[in-house]
Amino acid sequence: MDAEAAKLIGAGLAAIGAGMAALGVGNVFASFLEGALRNPGAADGQQGRLFIGFAAAELLGLLAFVIAMILVFVA
Amino acid sequence: MAAESGKIDPMHQFLVEPLFGTDHLALGGYNIAFTNSALWMVISALALWAFMLMGMKRAVVPGRWQMAVETMTGFVDSLLMANVGEKGKKFVPYVFSLFMFILLGNLLGLMPLGIVGVHPFTFTSHFTVTGVLAILSFAIVLIVGFWKHGFHFFSLFIPHGTPAVMIPVIFPIELVSFMVRPFSLGLRLFVAMTAGHVLLKVLAGFVINASNAGPAYGVTVGFASFVLMIGISALEMLVAAVQAYVFALLTSVYINDAVNLH
Repeated sequence: MDAEAAKLIGAGLAAIGAGMAALGVGNVFASFLEGALRNPGAADGQQGRLFIGFAAAELLGLLAFVIAMILVFVA
Repeated sequence: MAAESGKIDPMHQFLVEPLFGTDHLALGGYNIAFTNSALWMVISALALWAFMLMGMKRAVVPGRWQMAVETMTGFVDSLLMANVGEKGKKFVPYVFSLFMFILLGNLLGLMPLGIVGVHPFTFTSHFTVTGVLAILSFAIVLIVGFWKHGFHFFSLFIPHGTPAVMIPVIFPIELVSFMVRPFSLGLRLFVAMTAGHVLLKVLAGFVINASNAGPAYGVTVGFASFVLMIGISALEMLVAAVQAYVFALLTSVYINDAVNLH
């Protein structure tokens, strides 16, 4: 296979990672809402943890984006 | 068609350019040209300075502006109170400056000033900038940690109640997870901002190319992309605020590790 074509296919495959991170981030907020609606009194105190979980899940999707950018523009 | 869409380069907006003829300014062999990145950092710092100055009149009954300033400082104050506790009060000035600087940088970069010919530059979309901010936070954690606890700071890498057999395994894992913190902190902000701006420019390219391809394409593809752009712009403003918040939040969580150990 042509090296250039392989790079672009790799960049496209990296988008799967971004989609997976979307599932992860959705799961973080969905679980938070599920818990928050059961016990709204405790919800406000957990916002910091919510965003830590969001940041951790999102970072992995952003890494997939970095891989795609490196493949397209640097490698 | 390929050449036509090649005209709109989504990465061009991240180009660092020297301004005001300072491109050969050097100090000790290093180029220290005043770039558009530096210019927008100065603008952010000035905007933050003006924002604070107009709200620090210390009126007993605060006006709207003072209320805005007090909301922001109170927000960072309660963030550190919740994550670090009473000992976190000392770090409010640092975390507040960091949060506001990143927030203003993100938001000013999104301003639609291109209409009047000024092209805002998002300095937070460069790893050199966010990396230095992350190293600053990491350095504060290291200095505070070693200052307060000395070599006892290394107990951070062995969680309470770890069985003795597990220590050789747990220690390197915790050490690595500690050492990648500045990278993940800087990388998250940089990539989130870069991705958003690339997405907006790609959609803008769709609008322009579709409109050039004729009225039928303009109405179907161009208009749909334009509506999507409005939605994405709103989302980007949310991301700008959330990323600044996440940076401040993670900084305060790391400071908590340094101040209170586990």
